[in-house]
Amino acid sequence: MRVFTAALAIAAGIIVLLGYFYPDQLEAFRLLLVDWAIIIAGMAVLVGIFNLAAVQMEKFRARQKGGMYGILLVLSLLGTFAYGLFFGPEDRYLRLTVDAIIVPVEASLMAILAVTLIYASIRLLRRRVDVMSVLFLSVAVIFLIAIMPTPFGGITALQDFILEIAGMFSRGGARGLLIGIALGTLLTGLRVLFGVDRPYGGN
Amino acid sequence: MLALGLLILAAVLFLVFTFLRRKSPGSFRSIDAYERLNRSVGLAVEDGTRLHISLGRGNLFTARGGSALAGLAMLRRLAERTSVSDRPPVVTSGDASLAILSQDTLQSGYRAAGAEEQYRFSTGRLTGLTPFSYAAGAIPTIHDENVSTNIILGDLGAEAALLTEASDRENTKLIAASDNLSAQSIFYASAQEPLIGEELFAAGAYVGAGASHESSLHVQDILRWLVILAIILGAGLKILGVPI
Repeated sequence: MRVFTAALAIAAGIIVLLGYFYPDQLEAFRLLLVDWAIIIAGMAVLVGIFNLAAVQMEKFRARQKGGMYGILLVLSLLGTFAYGLFFGPEDRYLRLTVDAIIVPVEASLMAILAVTLIYASIRLLRRRVDVMSVLFLSVAVIFLIAIMPTPFGGITALQDFILEIAGMFSRGGARGLLIGIALGTLLTGLRVLFGVDRPYGGN
Repeated sequence: MLALGLLILAAVLFLVFTFLRRKSPGSFRSIDAYERLNRSVGLAVEDGTRLHISLGRGNLFTARGGSALAGLAMLRRLAERTSVSDRPPVVTSGDASLAILSQDTLQSGYRAAGAEEQYRFSTGRLTGLTPFSYAAGAIPTIHDENVSTNIILGDLGAEAALLTEASDRENTKLIAASDNLSAQSIFYASAQEPLIGEELFAAGAYVGAGASHESSLHVQDILRWLVILAIILGAGLKILGVPI
């Protein structure tokens, strides 16, 4: 069975890959396989949500710290899921639930994130004092100053110049990093295609 | 055709190097973060603490899936190495398919180590489907589950700062790498030994995942040199006014 699943996964991967290079011959088959995969991924979301609820229930059963929050999460999940099934995702009260709970909570986390990032920057020099850390912080501060609005309105010529010069280096560095990541992704994909790495439980 | 040629070249080099590496294992430059990781795995098993492995929210249908697959390869090896521990590692992810694959990978790792009974489905968790809900769901794991080392490896965005902050508050070790540039800059500011760029994809080779992972690094090096040569050649031709 494991050999069969591996053969199936490798064959599907090769067909999808070749579909990009030979669209006339394989495009339809590639799209069919991708459609199937999207349907499976949709089911995976349901399985994942079941996993989320099961983990929270186990926390409550084992009387772990935060177990009550887990129960609250599961009840909210079941409530909104049932309501959504009956009245549809466009229902105004369901949309209100999203607008009044999820959006403010995520906005609050975003605000915490801003403070966290400033705090992390301050601690960087305490954690690691070297040339690269000083350079990292200096460039971050220069960028912040350069994009800051001025009392004269708009971005001045000096700010424009700073952004141009600093941006030239940072864009070059970012491209270098992205090329490295692309090569890493290519080799990771090849390992999966050759069946050496089998994240689907085949080995 | 150039892309297909590059792909075939990479595949051939990968197969050749894997064959050669099986005969004679290679040696690599020292990366502090991975040395720390290897030490932490041993210490976690000895002192009965947990590893928390965060695989990010890399969707397998996008190019971001590469980092998720690299994280899974490392997870597989870590599951084998920690199979004797009383406290199995906890894996959190922000993508449903990735969460299922993490469960499967954990189970495969335990099976390979002859300890399949150690596997619990609740150790591979989906903690949220949006960036912030994923981070908010993973933070309690860092705080409440006797975690000694947090390994964050995958596709994350700015929300990674919330995870690194939680790790810092608990005074746990942090090993972090991402394919996302925002997350990399956050890790640079937050981690003791940051992993930059493609070092993320070296995780498997440094935790002893096998010859194929070692050969991947060699092929990446060769391809990187080819890219550098192509850039220099292209720039030179452009300076000379040759149309390319």
